[in-house]
Amino acid sequence: MSTAQPERTGAPEGLSLRHRLRRDRSLILMTVPAVVLLLVFNYLPLFGLATAFQEYDPLVGVWQSEWVGFDQFSRLLGDAMFWHAMTNTLYLSFVQLILFFPIPIALAMLLNTVLSERTRNFIQSVVYLPHFFSWVLAITIFQQMLGGAGALNQFLRQQDIGTWDIMTNPDTFALLVTSQSIWKEAGWGIIVFLAALSAINTELYEAAAADGAGRFRRMWHITLPGLRGVIVLMLVLRLGNALSVGFEQFLIQRNAVGHDAADVLDTFSFYYGIATGDYSYGAAAGLFKSVISLLLIWGANRLAHAFGDDGLYRK
Amino acid sequence: MTNVLTIGRTGGKRDTETRAARRRARAARPPWEEPPTTAGQAAKGMTLGAMLAVVLVPLWIVVLTSFSTPGAVNRAGGLVIWPDGLTTEAYRQMLSDSTVLTALTVSLGITVVGTAVSMAVSILCAYGLSRPRSLGHRSVLVLLIVTMFVSGGLIPTFLVVTGLGGYGQWWALILPGAVSVFNILVLRAFYSDTSSELIDAARMDGAGEWRILWSVVLPTSRAVTAVTALFYAVGYWNSFFNVMLYLPTDAEKWPLQYVLLTYVNRGNGLPGSVNAGFGSIQAQTAPLSLQMAVVVLTLVPLLLVYPFVQKHLRTGVLTGAIKG
Repeated sequence: MSTAQPERTGAPEGLSLRHRLRRDRSLILMTVPAVVLLLVFNYLPLFGLATAFQEYDPLVGVWQSEWVGFDQFSRLLGDAMFWHAMTNTLYLSFVQLILFFPIPIALAMLLNTVLSERTRNFIQSVVYLPHFFSWVLAITIFQQMLGGAGALNQFLRQQDIGTWDIMTNPDTFALLVTSQSIWKEAGWGIIVFLAALSAINTELYEAAAADGAGRFRRMWHITLPGLRGVIVLMLVLRLGNALSVGFEQFLIQRNAVGHDAADVLDTFSFYYGIATGDYSYGAAAGLFKSVISLLLIWGANRLAHAFGDDGLYRK
Repeated sequence: MTNVLTIGRTGGKRDTETRAARRRARAARPPWEEPPTTAGQAAKGMTLGAMLAVVLVPLWIVVLTSFSTPGAVNRAGGLVIWPDGLTTEAYRQMLSDSTVLTALTVSLGITVVGTAVSMAVSILCAYGLSRPRSLGHRSVLVLLIVTMFVSGGLIPTFLVVTGLGGYGQWWALILPGAVSVFNILVLRAFYSDTSSELIDAARMDGAGEWRILWSVVLPTSRAVTAVTALFYAVGYWNSFFNVMLYLPTDAEKWPLQYVLLTYVNRGNGLPGSVNAGFGSIQAQTAPLSLQMAVVVLTLVPLLLVYPFVQKHLRTGVLTGAIKG
């Protein structure tokens, strides 16, 4: 904030609170609507987390509901369905990390070698597009392409090869949702890597080439180190979100593949909390997840710092 | 007069220059880079081609099927991959059905009203926080940023919204998610960068903060305004889960996404395959071309807006990522 404002450089500390309030009243007024919305819909629910320690009864509300301490949590820890959702979440997170994470990096590096500006812009605007589709639309398109009556099976039937219905198969569900995520978000994910690539000083390449480094040596010793900071940052974010594998994607496909495959922590609160009216139980599950997530992101950040990278913030 | 001429001339010159520069940029290969091998080029082309095809081919098939006659759909055995018999019959049928029309109105309404509310609140807040050393802006900023890390979660939010009487109400789809702190931070980063000379000049002319925001800051940050509006609008257009939470039983109030799910995927065992009553043709599953027309309808508004905003996406996203 180096912007110098004449009437404000004059030692604002010297101004009285009343004077400053008078001077900034329009600015303060402008922030009021946003602050009110956040207080009501983001901060009020934080107090609503109290329901996790109650046997919440919608008829009497938060104030009169019975306090039960950690009962909901001990019930949670003894619930096989909950652990099932937890295992599913971790498994899906792991599959996504292995299969999804490297793709945007590789694609950004590949796209960066396209010399023609126009071609590059065209490809970028096409691969960003699915990011803006809803999950309903994305899954409808997958259903039409790969589903039982979809384009792929239509082709297979015409060739007499038999059919292959991946959309309803619980065993391959992890691969299905990962490929859906890749289809929808991998293109969007390249944005930040492309920016990091364009920030690499080309003189480094020139010097390396003068020293006799070939294409792959240059990639290994210049491009990848240049991306290192962003890669670590994205990895930290991903680890912090390890327990959030997605919501609508699973909600929409739950009936098709069965709850065994499709239950994850994000949907757990909904199905075992809201849908059954067991609000306290769902809130406890949500709180449990939030706390673990916060620990995860903190730990991942510590790890990033230990490796000498910036992580979420500079140490 | 000379002035006009000069502008004209430099303009023309700059034009040819950029064209030449563009031509050079297209051909430019850094001197230190060895020319690619044929195999490398082919592999690269195929990978990039596959990237494009994975996005474009499904869209092509969907659009083409929606424009096909029942005969063409039958001949293709389902989805149409090559133009055969083309017709707009599916669209006429779709738009004569009240379910889809209502849903379209609902979707457009939520999107327009929601985006307007979100943008107004976000722009005001971002500008209010962008002037250095104003009273209390640091504490408000902290208040905002905390919400990015800590949230009450699904059930407490649901209880607050229903507690305020939001069940079955339109505002339940708009207000709880109306403010995105990320978007406010992006806008604020841009507003902070507006040249202070410009603002001071306006202030000398007697403009207050509202006037400065409206006449100086907003016109100089059109690109980021467009990107932010796109993000909000897409969020509202795609909203589906909030409908499920707050308006699950009221088919009259379902937006397009919900109809897409219940109607196109009906019979595929997806949720909401309850009797979603599709007017006249409820008895059997609707023709494939009609289903695909609904898919296209949910895509069209996005495809109309996207080209105008697409070129600014990078600036918006990166400012948010770096400064936010």
